[in-house]
Amino acid sequence: MPGLGISFGRGGATTFQQDLRNADCIVIQGSNMAECHPVGFQWVMEAKERGATLIHVDPRFTRTSAMADLHVPIRAGSDIAFLGGLIHYVLEHERYFKDYVLHYTNAANIIREGFQDTEDLDGFFSGYQSEEGKYDIATWQYEGVGGTVPAGGHKELYAEPGAGKGGDESGSARFEANKDSTLQHPRCVFQLLKRHFRRYTPAIVAKVCGVPEAQFLKVAEALCANSGRERTSAFCYAVGWTQHTVGVQYIRTASILQLLLGNIGRPGGGIMALRGHASIQGSTDVPTLYNLLPGYMPMPHAKQGLDLDQYLEDHEASTGWWSNLPKYAVSLLKAWFGDAATKENHFLFGHLPRLTGNHSHMQTVADMADGRVKGYFVMGENPAVGSSHGSLQRKGLRELDWLVVRDFTLIETAEFWRRAPEIQRGDVKTEDIRTEVFFFPAAAHTEKEGTFTNTQRLLQWRDKAVEPPGDARSELHFIYHLGRRLKALYAGSKARKDQPLQDVTWDYPTRGRAAEPSAEAVLQEINGYTVADRKLVSGFSDLKDDGSTASGCWIYSGCYANGVNQTARRKPGREQTWVAPEWGWAWPANRRMLYNRASADPEGRPWSERKKYVWWDAEKRRWTGEDVPDFIADRPPDYRPGKDARGVDALGGTDPFIMQVDGKAWLFAPSGMMDGPLPTHYEPPESPVENALYGQQCNPARLEWRRRDVPLHRAWADPRYPFVFTTYRVTEHHTAGGMSRWLSWLSELQPEQFCEVSPELAAERGLTNGGWATVRTARGDLECRVLVTERLRPLKLNGTWVHQIGLPYHWGVTGRIRASGANDLLPLVADPNVEIQESKAFTGDIVAGRHATGERSATSAVAPALPAGTPEARRDSLRVSEHAHDTQQEKLEQER
Amino acid sequence: MGVLDLLGRWPVFRQLRKGDTTALGDTAMSERSRTLEPRTVRADRVVKSVCPYCAVGCGQDVYVKDGRILDIEGDPDSPISRGRLCPKGAATFQLVTGNHRVRDVLYRRPGGTEWEKLPLEQAMDMVAERVKRTRDATWEDTDVNGLDVNRTLGIAHLGGATLDNEENYLIKKLFTALGIVQVENQARI
Amino acid sequence: MGQKGFFTDTTLCIGCKACEVACKQWNQLPDDGFHFTGMSYDNTGALGSATWRHVAFVERPVPLQGQTTGVGDFSWLMMSDVCKHCQHAGCLEACPTGAIIRTEFDTVYVQPDVCNGCGYCVVACPFGVISRREDDGRAWKCTLCYDRLGEGMTPACAKACPTESIVFGDLDELHARAENRIRALHERGVTDAYLYGKDAENQPGTGGLNAFFLLLDKPEVYGLPPDPVVPTKKAGRTWGAVALGALGMAAVALGSVLLGREARP
Repeated sequence: MPGLGISFGRGGATTFQQDLRNADCIVIQGSNMAECHPVGFQWVMEAKERGATLIHVDPRFTRTSAMADLHVPIRAGSDIAFLGGLIHYVLEHERYFKDYVLHYTNAANIIREGFQDTEDLDGFFSGYQSEEGKYDIATWQYEGVGGTVPAGGHKELYAEPGAGKGGDESGSARFEANKDSTLQHPRCVFQLLKRHFRRYTPAIVAKVCGVPEAQFLKVAEALCANSGRERTSAFCYAVGWTQHTVGVQYIRTASILQLLLGNIGRPGGGIMALRGHASIQGSTDVPTLYNLLPGYMPMPHAKQGLDLDQYLEDHEASTGWWSNLPKYAVSLLKAWFGDAATKENHFLFGHLPRLTGNHSHMQTVADMADGRVKGYFVMGENPAVGSSHGSLQRKGLRELDWLVVRDFTLIETAEFWRRAPEIQRGDVKTEDIRTEVFFFPAAAHTEKEGTFTNTQRLLQWRDKAVEPPGDARSELHFIYHLGRRLKALYAGSKARKDQPLQDVTWDYPTRGRAAEPSAEAVLQEINGYTVADRKLVSGFSDLKDDGSTASGCWIYSGCYANGVNQTARRKPGREQTWVAPEWGWAWPANRRMLYNRASADPEGRPWSERKKYVWWDAEKRRWTGEDVPDFIADRPPDYRPGKDARGVDALGGTDPFIMQVDGKAWLFAPSGMMDGPLPTHYEPPESPVENALYGQQCNPARLEWRRRDVPLHRAWADPRYPFVFTTYRVTEHHTAGGMSRWLSWLSELQPEQFCEVSPELAAERGLTNGGWATVRTARGDLECRVLVTERLRPLKLNGTWVHQIGLPYHWGVTGRIRASGANDLLPLVADPNVEIQESKAFTGDIVAGRHATGERSATSAVAPALPAGTPEARRDSLRVSEHAHDTQQEKLEQER
Repeated sequence: MGVLDLLGRWPVFRQLRKGDTTALGDTAMSERSRTLEPRTVRADRVVKSVCPYCAVGCGQDVYVKDGRILDIEGDPDSPISRGRLCPKGAATFQLVTGNHRVRDVLYRRPGGTEWEKLPLEQAMDMVAERVKRTRDATWEDTDVNGLDVNRTLGIAHLGGATLDNEENYLIKKLFTALGIVQVENQARI
Repeated sequence: MGQKGFFTDTTLCIGCKACEVACKQWNQLPDDGFHFTGMSYDNTGALGSATWRHVAFVERPVPLQGQTTGVGDFSWLMMSDVCKHCQHAGCLEACPTGAIIRTEFDTVYVQPDVCNGCGYCVVACPFGVISRREDDGRAWKCTLCYDRLGEGMTPACAKACPTESIVFGDLDELHARAENRIRALHERGVTDAYLYGKDAENQPGTGGLNAFFLLLDKPEVYGLPPDPVVPTKKAGRTWGAVALGALGMAAVALGSVLLGREARP
């Protein structure tokens, strides 16, 4: 979650669910919390009962809206304009928390002279390289600081601007030299922010988002009235914000707003990222992601060569917490390669494979469809239903030599060769598909032990209850025994390519007849130990860069402190404080609320008695309070680093954001963002309207796969596809359905694919409630039942009415209840920072009745041409090259 | 059992005898009702667990008897969920015990029209052999620009958000050691 | 023991249906069919022999007091319905076999080992709660988790409810809680809030409900009868029905003899 990472330093929710009860106002936007996180929603309800104002901003009136004091319908894909409008309001009416902003953010920093804003360049920032579709960020930097100011919280992409080291100078003084504490300098961040958002007026919000001014002002007033010393407001979001081509900037906009209001690191404040899978936070922390090593260290890039020193130099920050990176990187290599990893051989850093570009899920699928990927493992995911452009996903699967699927049951991804819309239609014959498919039944969570990391960074250990049925096994079992077999197959090899496998440590104790590996042993390795005596370390502060310690994921170090599985702690909530620090274990260092130093004023006193959380105890000379202080425990508020201070010493007593090189939260991001230092409203790649703010229609740095099998509609107002579609979950099902569509108790509650339309659209298109409709995009079509409801309203945008259609995406062609898959309608476009799919705003058509042809763009379908007289509409201004969004694979094709 | 015996167990019969016309109290109760108890009391263990659906992280109590799950309920000790569950969490019992669970390893050969059963060990051997064959055939020491890459782009992985941290850790560790870089999960969707 | 019941506060219901599923899980109930109804998010339709908690969804063209929304005069009400465990329970009074009893918790319980499926109770319920299952013919409804109460456990639905819309407890405590809630809501300007079926005074036709509700609109909006009257309302049992029941029991007994096993497992 780089949106949070860039702004604050860590890619995780800044607070925990129970803290929502302390909020005076809660804005839920980009999330349908009551439906998708009902049990977490109890804390919102509790806040409401305690008098908090609950606001839901959403295209639909949902079960969350039903509980809200204020529901604001908004056009899907326009949230930056809305949030930008709130920023504008806060700045314009001077409702920001001045002491907080001045001391804890980079508001006072002066940006280089060459910086130009989207206001100057009609939707671009300075540095845009039209040939590449990327930014050169030199002009975004702090004035007087050599090189790039490195981003703390997004060390994920090598290609990302500023992932590298912090320029030539070192020491904290460099960030202090060019500041204007009066916030008046025309190039200070505060003034740039004002200028950037000056046109995001209530009138523009109305025009872009379809939100009447009066409603918008209600939200603005509620937020401002409930922020400051005495009061705090919280934001909750989920994939309604992330699944866009500007998704990370959505989160950035909310981060800026919350910083201006002084709501980060304080009780009842924060930004609660609500994640949708049991351990999706964990699978980012201990990443099954191509661009990361455990603990948010970047995967090495081929350009860096095989030299560890080069890697460390590139990614180590001279100031702030990331100055510790060498300790964490070396400890990881020791955990992976054991005794074979020595100082002399650079701890076998050269063993790691190298990136050369985008190797994300979507790129891999495109490569797969083009025959470049031969073997595929899919474990507990169902891309044939859950991922963008289902028919391209299945085309990819058909081109494989072999596929391994591990799941509870025969999901669509396992059965693509005999159950898929294109098979049913006869476009593809089962006999012609050469893919060899292995289906392994998976053990359930009750049949194995281990930890999930929940949405608030909390690791919770589960004990094993029963044995898995038949040949079902855990993924731990599968991967361990696969590794054991491969080690045996390669045992005699002398080839250099096989050395990493030979050197990787793989000696986990096993138990029982099935030889199940010990998850505790794996968790202990993740926690880390001293190499000499295998004694478990107590936390990441014990880790060293000399090879004397090993740790599989530094941010999880401490989860096994004192030889005790801290994640298995289950002291009942009612027997401890409301923070419940003895239930499970949260990273980092069991801190439940991040950046909590900011809950105290610069002098270390609580901002108010009412919002007391962590403070400086002058007598004991320590930070103390309700939680583990997210700060150097004994660093006094009046500590000021020396001119040449480096590393953690460079963090002053008023620098609550310790992961950042300058200890401040970033209103303006000098680095780390692919698509601009400040969030800007761009239209989704398929929109009903032209961008009302800039000549540039779409995010100019977005990822777009321009392929014949991925047709896009006209950029705006496509007469063939006049309506806005948005996809989502409902309470009664889970994601792509693998864990819900087979269960009678859930399936009976939402038994069919349906869409939601307004009575006006129903009248216009002859749709009847409970009847059938066919929805279409250039990618495919789908039959579904119709719910005609007042919960969806047409929105008036700039004088024209825009209809929005809701489409839950849970169903597929197998299971107890079936449909052909809503994500088959999606294009393949993505955010440039995290390669996340755009599924929350696209265009399409709807007609009454059952008229699906089953045609798919990845097989035979060709969309009808634009009607005569309708010109193509450009997504990019003329200055953007045709090739800007060409993908790596397309270039390869051209080269051939 | 005789007809009279059965009639004797008929509550109304007893009520008539005892003059209880409100059906309140002991007379109306059958033996079954009198001895009714929740099935959870038969559990030999209550195992502490966590809901496998979304990321709220609700605590679950799993009641087990003789190696079988009797019941799964919310864990009142959890400071996050306080014993509550949503419909998905409440359906966990069906998720883990339902007859939709596949018990055998299944195999579909190239061009095949049906699944075939495979022994687990044999299937594991076959997958290991496929990984080696593909890896060896698609290995790149260097990329097109001559830079060291030490990898294969011939194999990819997807999934992790529904798995345990320990599992994700071993997946990343093994696949990285094998030179597989295309390791991805639900965080992209 | 004391009188136990449910207080269902519809202002706190988020319509998640955890109660429906938790009930099915605990009582191991079968599905009720897979039918898209088009009635908002309600695809269960009604309480029945296999659905003992049912969440109603009401989309109404009336604003909710205290709520501002951009979708116009509109609000979405949700209510988890359940057997009311009436003080004068029509089902119990109509039951000729003694299968339906009032328990020591003052709840109304159908004894499945006694019920012979005569169906008298079905028509006697003014709420349409109790019904017969097609496969075995017996009548089924919410037991108020009679099996759990004995061990001091909370009924499954109330335990699962994420927002405390369903509260289980001693009836007098529930009454106090409900009165306080009404007061608080009225103070907040939600003057539409009222209690449905709290006691005999509130609902003479049933003598009051052990499972009573806080509603924001007329009962019929939620699918509840405005003025339910138990048809057989009188202190004693309909002894005429008992004679019929006896015939039924005799038939059952005969059947069991013929089959050489107990009437009910």
